[in-house]
Amino acid sequence: MSSALLIPLLPFIGFLINGLAFPKLPKQIAGVIGSIPPLAAFALSLQLFFNFDGNAQLIPIADWIQVGELSIPLALQIDQLSIMMLLIITGVGTLIHLYSSAYMSHDAGFGKFFAFLNLFVFFMLILVMGSGFVTLFIGWEGVGLCSYLLIGFWNQKNSYGDAARKAFIMNRIGDLGFLIGIFLIFQEFGTASYQEVFEAIKAGSGTNVGLIAFCLFIGAMGKSAQIPLFTWLPDAMAGPTPVSALIHAATMVTAGIYMVIRANTLFELSPEVLHFIGWIGLATAILGAAIGLFQNDIKKVLAYSTVSQLGYMFMGLGASAYTASFFHVMTHAFFKALLFLGAGSVIHAMSDEQDIRKMGGLKSKLPITYITFLLGTIAIAGIPPFAGFFSKDEILAHLYHHDMIMWSLAIVGSALTSFYMFRVFLVTFHGDFRGTEHQADHLHESPIAMTLPLIILAVLSVIGGFINLPAFVGGNEFLAHWLSPILPEGSAEALEVHVASLEFLAPLAAAFIPAIIAIQIYGSKKSVPVADAEISGVQKIIYDKFYIDEAYNFLFVKPVNFLSSFFYQFVDFLVIDLLVETVGKIVKSSSNEIRKIQAGTIGFYVFMMVVSIAIILAWTLKSWMF
Amino acid sequence: MYLLFVLLFPLLLGSFLLIAKPAKAFSLALGGSIVELIVAVLLLCQAKEATGVTEFIQPWIPEAGLKFALFIDGINGVLILLSTLLVPFIIGTTSNSEKSADARYLGLILTMQAAMLGAFMAKDAFLFYFFFEASLLPIYFIINLYGGENRNPISFKFFVYTLFGSLFLLIGLIYVYLRTPGEIPSADFETLYQTASILSIKEQSLLFLAFFVAFAIKMPMFPFHTWQPDTYTVAPAQGTMMLSGIMLKMGTYGVIRMIVPMFPVGIANWGGIVIILSVVGVLYGSIIAIQQKDMKRLLAYSSFAHVGLMSAGMLTLSPEGIQGALYQMLSHGINIVGLFFIVEVIERRTKTRELAQLGGITQSSYFLTVGLIVLSLGSVALPLTNGFVGEFLLLKSVFDYDITIGIIAGITIILGAVYTLRMIQKSIFGNASKVTSNFEDLTICEKLVIIPLSILVIVGGIVPSVILNYSQPAVDLLSKWIK
Repeated sequence: MSSALLIPLLPFIGFLINGLAFPKLPKQIAGVIGSIPPLAAFALSLQLFFNFDGNAQLIPIADWIQVGELSIPLALQIDQLSIMMLLIITGVGTLIHLYSSAYMSHDAGFGKFFAFLNLFVFFMLILVMGSGFVTLFIGWEGVGLCSYLLIGFWNQKNSYGDAARKAFIMNRIGDLGFLIGIFLIFQEFGTASYQEVFEAIKAGSGTNVGLIAFCLFIGAMGKSAQIPLFTWLPDAMAGPTPVSALIHAATMVTAGIYMVIRANTLFELSPEVLHFIGWIGLATAILGAAIGLFQNDIKKVLAYSTVSQLGYMFMGLGASAYTASFFHVMTHAFFKALLFLGAGSVIHAMSDEQDIRKMGGLKSKLPITYITFLLGTIAIAGIPPFAGFFSKDEILAHLYHHDMIMWSLAIVGSALTSFYMFRVFLVTFHGDFRGTEHQADHLHESPIAMTLPLIILAVLSVIGGFINLPAFVGGNEFLAHWLSPILPEGSAEALEVHVASLEFLAPLAAAFIPAIIAIQIYGSKKSVPVADAEISGVQKIIYDKFYIDEAYNFLFVKPVNFLSSFFYQFVDFLVIDLLVETVGKIVKSSSNEIRKIQAGTIGFYVFMMVVSIAIILAWTLKSWMF
Repeated sequence: MYLLFVLLFPLLLGSFLLIAKPAKAFSLALGGSIVELIVAVLLLCQAKEATGVTEFIQPWIPEAGLKFALFIDGINGVLILLSTLLVPFIIGTTSNSEKSADARYLGLILTMQAAMLGAFMAKDAFLFYFFFEASLLPIYFIINLYGGENRNPISFKFFVYTLFGSLFLLIGLIYVYLRTPGEIPSADFETLYQTASILSIKEQSLLFLAFFVAFAIKMPMFPFHTWQPDTYTVAPAQGTMMLSGIMLKMGTYGVIRMIVPMFPVGIANWGGIVIILSVVGVLYGSIIAIQQKDMKRLLAYSSFAHVGLMSAGMLTLSPEGIQGALYQMLSHGINIVGLFFIVEVIERRTKTRELAQLGGITQSSYFLTVGLIVLSLGSVALPLTNGFVGEFLLLKSVFDYDITIGIIAGITIILGAVYTLRMIQKSIFGNASKVTSNFEDLTICEKLVIIPLSILVIVGGIVPSVILNYSQPAVDLLSKWIK
């Protein structure tokens, strides 16, 4: 058995053990059993990485569905892209498992939590390792399930349950698009395995490629929270914070980007769709950043920031900058997981408080969290030489050559990002403590199991950018060369950027200036965002997320509910069933009438007999005569 | 001879229970149904190995050319498996309730099983018809004697409505039967296929409609479904399971066994409209299910939606559609029986099925939670559950038939999630209510039903090839009548 098979299998075994033994298994053991599989999978992924010879490797598992002409095998594909994704998922995944073992230690559902987390890792690995679109879809829906289970982990609270349902249903809307894309692929190519489909496309077959690409992208909009299917992600923050870090920041939500990169052959042939992807990404990036500006829930800020950063990745894809987008997937996994885990550490210390207006001055009490969160903030703001700078700058550089309008708007979004991140950082850690006395007494730095992942992720957020350091600053562009075999030709060619150009300086200005303003407002003047009641005007509209949820409620939820009652109470009861009942009643009443003829009057019977004979005779005569 | 055993054993055992009313009725019925399952599985394996056809033929009414002919092929094999697999579970669900000691009740279940097996195994169309109708009697009594409120008018409506539909089938059947060649006509399926293939387009179309009405009422399909929600709701739990798990499949089976090979021309004429009606039913049922307050009624509409998709898929006449429908019949049977049982367990403990009065069950009952979630996932067709395989194939067949109809039918995967997750949240998540505060987790007997069914949901999603390969040759044979 190939060791690659073990990579998804181990988390699945972990899921089974923790799932079946819950709640009897002691927490310590459950934590260890839950954490070993991702760690072992990470080791195996590293081994794959170092032993990789440059050729994609197919590992067949089974013939899954075979009907008539249709054949869907289950198989894994090990290539440059899947190996990179494996490293991110299992690497970041391991750290988050470790973190969770401390973060969730007081929770009664500890073992269940690890079971779900392992199941998630399993499906995520299937998603990236699958050798075809159907296998991808298995993982795709599977991670959606785990997301549902983990968002609703504390399902006693109804609003959490609602958030979980919303996530699943919005994802399903995207999934329908994806499924239709798969059906179209089968129609066009008779197979859904990557290699066969892409070879057929390269050979020039396939007339419907644009439509296929569009349908697949609908799936990506759901999974990666793009306009118009993004509203589930902020609500998904109802889940425990490690879940937000792993699923709703580092891995699952980047599945859409992974899919587009995987199917780049297909997307490259549909420039209109790429164009569309770019603009959707841009709109999402700006919208997310704008809403993030005024949020006061620390996790909500990070959630909108994730929405916005995913938008950047799609913008990059829209400009065919696959490497740059993947680069950003990677660095984002580091710094956003870091920020979420840092937020978790803060929430943990603050006895489950999430409102930054009730925090403040935490830097002395939570020194490790403070420093690592600062590093994460710098990284996401795009300040060199941190990881976020290189990856975002690479996307921006491609946009600059692709479309100046998009580039300028992206710079605006970048400035917003820098501002809201420094705002949340400063309001949380600087200024005066604004919590209750009870909270003040409990303030403590988190245990080592939580700070160690923070430190490792902080290091990665600082140096992660060097994996694809551009040549003009002396880098070797490792990632671009590594990924080039699976990308369109010429993707690895470096962009020339002049240090003294607008192209180079604008992103820097967008990173620094808002940061300085934020430091002025929230650092030096110690301003605190105002209470909800005092928010008004445009700010209120943004704070209330442009009332998009309300609009969806009005446009979709209410009409469907209305239809439901209408169909049930009116159509079913008053139209269809009434018709059925009426037929029954007519039969019954007419039989009542006809029954009256049989009243036992002999004279009437004789009369009817004579009449009948006469009719029969007449009929027979008629047929004789003609 | 196994064939005859599989048919007669539940009949004889059921009759014995009905007449003698022995004391240990539950053990007898459960043991008997397990023996039946084992023999049926052996028979199915044997039928697969055998190169020739497995059949049992005796003259029945020789003057009319009717034979008592039973057979097994890949298509009815799936349904024989379904019927024999589910009945032990259904009988098992009576444990811990007063019904487990009721020999008459268990006897009715077993005789109904025998009748349905007869319909699935029949090789002669009139024999099929005979069993198709005979199965109505036990279920009528199950509902009429053991049902809930309003059981009299509801069971009466159910009985008359389905009987009414069958008359069209009978008339159509006689029409084709009289046209068969030879001195004495025959009602053997093969002969009927041949005869029907030379009928005129007009005849084909009318006959298609006549046959279809009968099966459409049985399934039920939009707009012939209004007997169903009431009947499912008022029937005792095991009656609902028999109805939704097995009996409605007589309708879908009838379509595959008779309509598809006999009237491809009729389908070419009318199939489009019927497929659209089926898809309308899928959405209509799903949308209604979204706001249902009673869990049983919610599942009734969900079942109705699932059947609509099967019907649409079969009538595309593609191998994916037929295989998908067959696989979905099996999956749907397993999932819906499990789900109805969970509702029954909840009702036993809390005396209610109203979602508004439930909630918070998950805190005290781990097994029930896992069971409900796994079975629901099967029902919403998550990949690696049994529901996905059938739904994927069915949706693909409809999509290949017509892209627009396919996309509309696809909305079911969204709506299915909407009503199923709502049911989960309102019934077991949230805070415990007055009636659920002391909810006790599944007992051993209940676990013995829920756990195996849940495992089947997963196994069916991972290795569907066992069943698909079993039915494939028969579906290929059927396809030769479709041109």
